[in-house]
Amino acid sequence: MGQIKRIHEMLQSGAITCTELTQKYLTEIENSNKELNAYITVTPDVALAQAKAVDEKLARGEEIGLLEGIPMTLKDNISTKGILTSCASKILTGYKPIYDATVYELLQKEGVVMLGKTNMDEFAMGSSCETSYYGGAKNPHNTDHVSGGSSGGVASAVGGNLAVYGLGSDTGGSIRQPASFCGIVGLKPTYGAVSRYGLIAYASSFDQIGPITHDVEDAAIVFDAIAKYDDRDSTSRGSEPTLPTLHDEIKGMKIGIANQYLNGVREDVKAAVLEAAKSYEEMGAEIVYFDLPELEFALPCYYILAMAEASSNLGRYDGIRYGYKAEHYIGTHDMICRTRSEGFGKEVRRRILMGTYVLSAGYYDAYYKKAVNLRGAIVEAFDRAFEKVDVILAPTAPVTAFKNGYLFGEETDQLEQYLSDICTVPVNTAGLPAVSIPCGEDSEGLPIGMQIIGKKFDEKTILNLAYKYEEKEDKFKETKWGVKL
Amino acid sequence: MKYELVAGFETHVELSTETKIFCSCTTAFGGDPNTHCCPVCIGLPGTLPKLNEKVVEYAIMAGLATNCEIAGIAKMDRKNYCYPDLPKAYQISQYDKPLCQHGYIRLSNGRKIRILRIHIEEDAGKLIHNHGDTYVDYNRGGVPLIEIVTEPDFRSIDEAKEYVERLQQTMRWIGISDCRMQEGSMRCDVNISVRPEGSEKLGTRTEIKNMNSITNIAKAMEYEYERQCELIESGGAVVQETLRYDDATGTTSSMRSKEDAHDYRYFREPDLVTIAVPRERVNEIEARLPELPGQKFTRYTQTFEIPEKDAAQLTKYRSIAEYFDQAIEGLKSPKTASNFIIGQIFRRLETEADKEAFDVRTTAKQLNEMCRLLEAGKLKNNLAKKTLEQMLDTGKPVTEFISESDMAGLDENTLTEYCQNAINAMPAAVADYKGGKEKALMAILGNVMKQSRGRADAAAVTAKLKELIG
Ligand SMILES: [Zn+2]
Repeated sequence: MGQIKRIHEMLQSGAITCTELTQKYLTEIENSNKELNAYITVTPDVALAQAKAVDEKLARGEEIGLLEGIPMTLKDNISTKGILTSCASKILTGYKPIYDATVYELLQKEGVVMLGKTNMDEFAMGSSCETSYYGGAKNPHNTDHVSGGSSGGVASAVGGNLAVYGLGSDTGGSIRQPASFCGIVGLKPTYGAVSRYGLIAYASSFDQIGPITHDVEDAAIVFDAIAKYDDRDSTSRGSEPTLPTLHDEIKGMKIGIANQYLNGVREDVKAAVLEAAKSYEEMGAEIVYFDLPELEFALPCYYILAMAEASSNLGRYDGIRYGYKAEHYIGTHDMICRTRSEGFGKEVRRRILMGTYVLSAGYYDAYYKKAVNLRGAIVEAFDRAFEKVDVILAPTAPVTAFKNGYLFGEETDQLEQYLSDICTVPVNTAGLPAVSIPCGEDSEGLPIGMQIIGKKFDEKTILNLAYKYEEKEDKFKETKWGVKL
Repeated sequence: MKYELVAGFETHVELSTETKIFCSCTTAFGGDPNTHCCPVCIGLPGTLPKLNEKVVEYAIMAGLATNCEIAGIAKMDRKNYCYPDLPKAYQISQYDKPLCQHGYIRLSNGRKIRILRIHIEEDAGKLIHNHGDTYVDYNRGGVPLIEIVTEPDFRSIDEAKEYVERLQQTMRWIGISDCRMQEGSMRCDVNISVRPEGSEKLGTRTEIKNMNSITNIAKAMEYEYERQCELIESGGAVVQETLRYDDATGTTSSMRSKEDAHDYRYFREPDLVTIAVPRERVNEIEARLPELPGQKFTRYTQTFEIPEKDAAQLTKYRSIAEYFDQAIEGLKSPKTASNFIIGQIFRRLETEADKEAFDVRTTAKQLNEMCRLLEAGKLKNNLAKKTLEQMLDTGKPVTEFISESDMAGLDENTLTEYCQNAINAMPAAVADYKGGKEKALMAILGNVMKQSRGRADAAAVTAKLKELIG
């Protein structure tokens, strides 16, 4: 049984009240957050008020929903009315939105308990959570290592059980990679399955909100609650529920392994993924090896397009209406320049500059336009692959969690940070769904993750496959942190 | 040397949809600063645009009314530039796939002004300077605009004036904008260059902005034409730049040079999906489009033989043309109604605004009734003018001002008597009619009318004649 269902039964049976449960989490956050740095903002007042409402309902003897009263967290780029939504950036200092993101509205209707807002790479730009203005969130398996990025705070909180689950966002791997680093489950839904309304944009044609959870069943429950069509997001469509088919047999399913996905992947990670493939074979699935040469282009294509969109999306932070504003300036132009230079961190400034460059007259054709065409080729390549296989199995990241500071160390090439996204970005480029689940650990005990990639709006198949693997192999490993129930 | 003027127009027209282009805020003019705003139109982080379908419809109407081709597929793009009145630091506009292309407007001298494109976009907010401080009002931000771009087809200032008037008339006519230049709901930028007469090569152009009336457009063009001619004559060269027109001095001054031109870094707006415009939708919108001023002008002048000068007045505003169309229903001579409107009714409408509103006490139906009685001879010609004045003063129907005997017309016996007299007097015409010449009956009818001194009802006479002739 999944974590959410287990806690749900405890609440429904009265084994624990929702207020007691919430208080336990708040206390653990109080104790552990100094070290894990998972949360930017903790919201005890909100959480306890929401918990009280659930307790009142239980006291009246009413049935509660699966997500009702379950303590959770939101990545700090998901807008919450009246609560700091910082994107882990100095430039959004003091910014409290005047509206709730659609996903939070949906979850509030389910009666959830929101513990607080979690850490991330600044504006979701990074793979280690270390570009955060608030410092990086640490890996609950070993705090000398990063939690991953950009949704590192959610992964750290869920991995360290400072929340039952959380919502992150995935633009180039930002849900799956930290989930794999922290040994938990992360689902990046199909582009358009979940409304982006209220998600502070990094790269609009890639961004997608999804759950980071303790187990696959939890991911299915949360996904089903948030994958709804939203009138406010023209690109939203919703998706089919995944819970009804979660336990189905997988015999006869075709699982593809693209050879290019294994290039440059560390040996132990590769071995763990191939081991998982064997496990699937034992369950009656068929493993098909094939080539996907277009994968080679996914990384440059992704970075050009994402940076271009980011340069436009981040233009609005000018100090005029909200957030940080430079203290000393002469005139409007100087005020905007100083605010942006002082308010954005180095990585964000780098990506804005590169994005501006690739869209500039004279370079547009060489970079942006070419990348748009490549994106089309990558979409088609995946379409062709899915004529032969039901899903694609791949490592989530080429390595396990980096040591703190490694990516930005003197001896580390800047490109290495971008290369670490090589396994995750193709999915975003093609708008596909993928779920990352733990499939082993390295010699230091750090989790290894694998991802199952599906056809558009076929979350039900990838979650079904992920569930069957988890049921058979269960690679989840407890950490020393958090609430023990 | 003589120089020819070459000019093109870029005109922004604010659409009069009830709500903004990407959110449901009101588009009403005025209001306290920042009261017609929401998270979307002030570009708060995380918000997304949602395209107002009415805007697409209005733009298609504008395209159809200017003979454009309507694209089956269009998309929105981001135009990136940083200015405090633009809260997202980009304007959502259309770059390479506009909704409408390749249209034209025909001028009275027969020349076609080609429309290159019409696209939709959002308006920006407004900066307010006050005692050294600058404030921003986003009420206007997100109000829908269409931008109408012409080819450089203008050869005179008169053509430019007529084009702007035509455009204004057409957009108001189809009800998509009030096109008030003073309030900024219609804004024209003019590209202007000169070249030696007879030359085919285009000269270096300048762009003039900030003209808020047709008079100012003409003045600015005049000034800029003279300036460029003198510059070239004195051995200088025109520099490509953007100029601002100063109403007070009647001159233009430089706003920015070509080197300072923005690089807008256009790219596809990822937050909006492709706009599909199926042919059926265009057809459906076209079917709902009112008869346009040009079409009405042709009908009035060619079918009704109304003089062009009068037809132009009747088609200046849709309210007048629609009044006229109602007033002439079933009349033999629509020209009579036209004369009443232009001669008598217009005298009571002093300003252009009065004419556009066309608030007249006599309804079109009442005028129609009056004209019918006039044609039936029940209202005497010499009394018509005075009767209409009385109607316009009081709003009462024509029947209030006609004597009972006039209204009654001829009694049955007298009618039969007159008809018999006419048949007896015109045997040749009767024979012709019997032989199949329908027209011959008209001559006999004329005889009856003469006997009755116009009091007989033509329809009744015709029926009686047919009965008697058999
Ligand atoms: Zn609005």
